[in-house]
Amino acid sequence: MTQTKTPSPTTQRQGWMAILARASAEELSARLAALGPLPEAETLRAPETGLVMVRGRAGGDGDAFNLGEMTVTRCAVRLGAHIGHAYIAGRDHSKAWLAALLDAALQDQALQPALLQSIIEPLASAQQAARATEARKAAATRVDFFTMATMR
Amino acid sequence: MTQLSPGFADPVLDAQACFRAILEAMSRPGRIQRIAAHITPPAPLCTAAGAALLSLADADTPLWLDTDEAVAAWLRFHCGAPITGDIGAARFVLSCGPAPSLAALDIGTDEDPQLGATLILQVAGLIADEGWRLTGPGIQHEHHLRVLGAPADFVSAWARNQALFPRGVDVLLCAGDSIAALPRSVMIAEG
Repeated sequence: MTQTKTPSPTTQRQGWMAILARASAEELSARLAALGPLPEAETLRAPETGLVMVRGRAGGDGDAFNLGEMTVTRCAVRLGAHIGHAYIAGRDHSKAWLAALLDAALQDQALQPALLQSIIEPLASAQQAARATEARKAAATRVDFFTMATMR
Repeated sequence: MTQLSPGFADPVLDAQACFRAILEAMSRPGRIQRIAAHITPPAPLCTAAGAALLSLADADTPLWLDTDEAVAAWLRFHCGAPITGDIGAARFVLSCGPAPSLAALDIGTDEDPQLGATLILQVAGLIADEGWRLTGPGIQHEHHLRVLGAPADFVSAWARNQALFPRGVDVLLCAGDSIAALPRSVMIAEG
């Protein structure tokens, strides 16, 4: 993800929606419970599960092809004047609802700083750390075939 | 952003129940059916018209409407139906104000009469067993239906629409939570 000094509201929202979509329902509900109750929310579209076609492109200039379908759950929640959306991988309905609720709350300027600090930033660093660990594990087992060829 | 309200509480069962009511209304023209689902569509849309569109309209059915942006946003969100400005290209036409001319709507073709548009006409009230005399398929002898707030020249416009059969326009009359249907096969005479 590219970091600029002042990201646009859309970029910012894309960032937190991605982080919410990768977090688990337990993480979200635990952090939300620690923060205290949010204003009353209304479910506009209850969580519903469907399939989304994932498309790929070989080598960056090849023709687009259908890689396969993935299970996606979506949800929409209204909190005051703001509408939160969530599209998450898998069929965890409670996670979709929580992610949509948090997306709506994060659009509220009054709630945003506290939520960013107590939910999004810790989740972002945890996800970053998990990715780094995995990349390290993978890098440790990497075999450089070119080196083996020249060693002989 | 206006306050978007929820659609059906249970999208599957409520849409099925509403579809059943529309089917019943279509197969017994002039008989009034009630929509049981509790929805709060944005004004001026009534429960019956809102529920009918939630049940019938989807991404494949272009929609024309004469209402404001709040209704369009609600229908776009819950049905995903594309809103069109060309009334002749619309599969569903929603009219809450002065009704558009039936002749302006898509009547389908002799090969594909099912492509004819459905006019969802919101009226002031529906009263059974008085008013217009309806005869035709689905009616053993005759049914009577009074439509409060129907367009003045509706009966003569309907006769022209009915003469096009099997092509033509179907009409769903909605008032509050009541719904009655005028499929293109029904004949209307002033009561």
